Amino acid sequence: MGKILDAFMAVKKRLLDDAANTLSSAPIIIQVGSATCENAAGAQEVRREFEKLLLASGRADIFIKQTGCTGRCSREPIVGVYLPDQFPIKYEKVTVEKVQQIFQQHILGGQPVVPLILDKKTSRMYSWVVTFASLSTVETDSASRWNEKFKEHLKIHGVPEETIRSFIGGCLGLYPAGKEGNKVGMLVFPEKVVYEFGTEEDLARIIQSHFKDRKTLTSMQAEIDPLIKRFITLYGDVAFFNKQTRLTLRNSGIIDPESLKDYVANDGFEALARVLENGQPQAVIQAVILSGLRGRGGAGFPTGSKWQSAVDNPDPVKYVVCNADEGDPGAYMDRSTLEGDPFSIIHGMALGAFAIGASKGYIYVRAEYPLAIRRLEYAIRQCEDAGLLGKNILGSDFSFEIELRLGAGAFVCGEETALMLSITGRRGQPMIRPPYPTERGLWGHPTVINNVETWSNIPVIIRHGAEWFARIGTEKSKGTKVFALAGKIVNSGLVEVPMGTTLREIIYDIGGGVEKGRTLKAVQTGGPSGGCIPADLIDTPVDYDSLAAVGSIMGSGGMIVLDDEDCMVAMAKFFLEFTQDESCGKCVPCREGTLRMLEILERITAGQGMPEDLDKLERLGNLIKKTSLCGLGQSAPNPVLSALRYFRSEFEAHVLEKCCPTRKCSKLIRYEINPEKCIGCTLCARQCPVNCIEGTARKPHLVIQERCIKCGNCFAACKFEAVDRV
Amino acid sequence: MDVNLETTLDKEIIEFIAACMQREHPRSYLISVLGKVQEKYGYLSRQHMHAVAHIMRIPTSRVYGVATFYHFFRLRPRGKHQISICMGTACFVKGADRVLEAFKSELGIDIGETTKDGIFSLDNTRCLGVCGLAPVVTINNQVYSQVTPQQVPELINKTLGR
Repeated sequence: MGKILDAFMAVKKRLLDDAANTLSSAPIIIQVGSATCENAAGAQEVRREFEKLLLASGRADIFIKQTGCTGRCSREPIVGVYLPDQFPIKYEKVTVEKVQQIFQQHILGGQPVVPLILDKKTSRMYSWVVTFASLSTVETDSASRWNEKFKEHLKIHGVPEETIRSFIGGCLGLYPAGKEGNKVGMLVFPEKVVYEFGTEEDLARIIQSHFKDRKTLTSMQAEIDPLIKRFITLYGDVAFFNKQTRLTLRNSGIIDPESLKDYVANDGFEALARVLENGQPQAVIQAVILSGLRGRGGAGFPTGSKWQSAVDNPDPVKYVVCNADEGDPGAYMDRSTLEGDPFSIIHGMALGAFAIGASKGYIYVRAEYPLAIRRLEYAIRQCEDAGLLGKNILGSDFSFEIELRLGAGAFVCGEETALMLSITGRRGQPMIRPPYPTERGLWGHPTVINNVETWSNIPVIIRHGAEWFARIGTEKSKGTKVFALAGKIVNSGLVEVPMGTTLREIIYDIGGGVEKGRTLKAVQTGGPSGGCIPADLIDTPVDYDSLAAVGSIMGSGGMIVLDDEDCMVAMAKFFLEFTQDESCGKCVPCREGTLRMLEILERITAGQGMPEDLDKLERLGNLIKKTSLCGLGQSAPNPVLSALRYFRSEFEAHVLEKCCPTRKCSKLIRYEINPEKCIGCTLCARQCPVNCIEGTARKPHLVIQERCIKCGNCFAACKFEAVDRV
Repeated sequence: MDVNLETTLDKEIIEFIAACMQREHPRSYLISVLGKVQEKYGYLSRQHMHAVAHIMRIPTSRVYGVATFYHFFRLRPRGKHQISICMGTACFVKGADRVLEAFKSELGIDIGETTKDGIFSLDNTRCLGVCGLAPVVTINNQVYSQVTPQQVPELINKTLGR
């Protein structure tokens, strides 16, 4: 081992020496989430209650750990319980009242509280849980066939089927089928053993040995990627996670985001130490190029090429920047990573800085994310104290420091030239490219700007190899993508899937389908720069090119599910209001054009649309796209244009019939009380914020239309369906 | 305009600016400095901006330009309690517009306004990234999730400690 690796091992040892409460060494762990969303759901109170009970119990072998977001936003607060030799259990919607029961029954008594378990998929306690690996639709078919064969063979061998739950999971980091004929990967819990096999004879041998004789058949064992194995190990058997492949979110919800010790214990900074020992920056760039990684901020520019062009620039002063200005409404993947795994960003940036020869990095983060800012500041300080940032890192020639810069609420600052101006303390108004930042960036020096998710992928690529990374995803879109699944969906939350996964898989298999059993209408991706994809295109795979082909974009990862109650005209107007308000005003097409488009949409939703308005919107939209200065203007018309493309009839209903088919546009609807159904309970009148419902008790009521603000409270309140929305 | 630095800005802020001025690219810290000023006083007054410009040796016009460019900065004082309704996509889809209407009619003010008694200010914010719990309202930095228009009077009373 070389000098630098020795230095790293010394740092690691120092950090881990007092690491009594990391997952590997502690007997019982209680994990409580601590991200913004978890806290909003009451996670801090839950944690305090656990602390109280723990103190009272006097047990020294139980540890409470804070983690970042697990990504299960609608079920928060989430509490994980790890008992030695047991399935890890995640509890959902934990309240202070439920803490007592979990503590007594599960943590002290060893019996999981089944009704409180996340998704309750584990409501029956199986002896084994078996996951078959699959990576794409084709392989899912082959994995399903093996799953069927598996069940047949269980019968043949007389193993009771009800003791085993088997299903098709994510890729498990194996290369299922294809690489060596028709081999399939199979992960068995609770032994955490992975088998790889290709014939029925082998399957029979595995079943005989593992499930009958209860002996691991070592000859058929395969190597599984430790990263993915660890994730599955820690998350247990939860359907929501089984279909995912978590690279960027590898540590979110697992490690303590305020503990460098925890990050280092989980392979953290090892990639940097190896790279520094190796001393070849070009090798890092080659790995990133070979991995096929494309920028996760939205545009999908190949990351390796970007780095290479910065290296080719002779200027000796260079910068790396992390774009953490996640302004896209409805997207919060980056917040989750910043709050849940800040060290991975620092680690990625350090690798990038070494590769291109930069000694200074900036993280530009939104002021709207106070917890993320605090965690980043703390993480940077811990790295400096440990000698992983600063002068001569680990005794090498490489020096690197990171400074945090706060955004101040301007969406356009997500555009790279605007972001750089904002870092220099100016108004964030974009500049014409070229020159690109890698040619002339911060203070005139070549600058590499990547977003949070891109940086967070770098340590994984370096640690596990470009080839391994490139196996995940599609031909032109490698790796995984994190999506913030929200809107009318059962399981809203963060989802990380291999590129090429279909929208259907994300929405139904992981997201659990549309809320309240309603019908899917469209999926909006890419936020204000993207578009909507109608329900009949739901088998579109998510990768850069397929999404572009249907008129949307990958974007930063917002994914909003819309049901049959959502008005597409109102959605289009919502996004345009946003971009119009955020237009920086520098170029005419964006400043004036989006305003004119918005005026037309306002007219349409108010019932004053004219037949020629739709063509006008299209013409104007295409013009703005072609002539705007930066990405904001060039993509601002997308939500309107894609809505027009797929839902033109809905626009026509607003314009020609002056009606909103979904009854969403308040100026086109009114509330009326049906005197035949109304029993005069007065509930609606009491709920009305403007007192516009008149009537006496036990007599039918009446809505005074002139005063009505169309809030819909009466509609929601009435228990007799006497309020009509017409 | 003569600026009395001692009285316009707090000592702590003057020290913060002095520390920034020692670093490389000192004027790039303008946004951070304005953020500190707003954190302290709740808004940016003309005097504050002028004092910052003077100490950092930046034209006042540019300080004003930055302050008006970014949504985060406010040029008028706020009410005692700040109510912000998230207007991100998920919140919008889940009915944030109706929650906003309820706040408007309950408080009798529009977005960006403060009640006459100076108790409440109403704002809509950019996406807070808490989309799983939409619609979301923050009152004095406390996040309330899955808010309905019906809950609005209750939230206001709770804030007033009633």
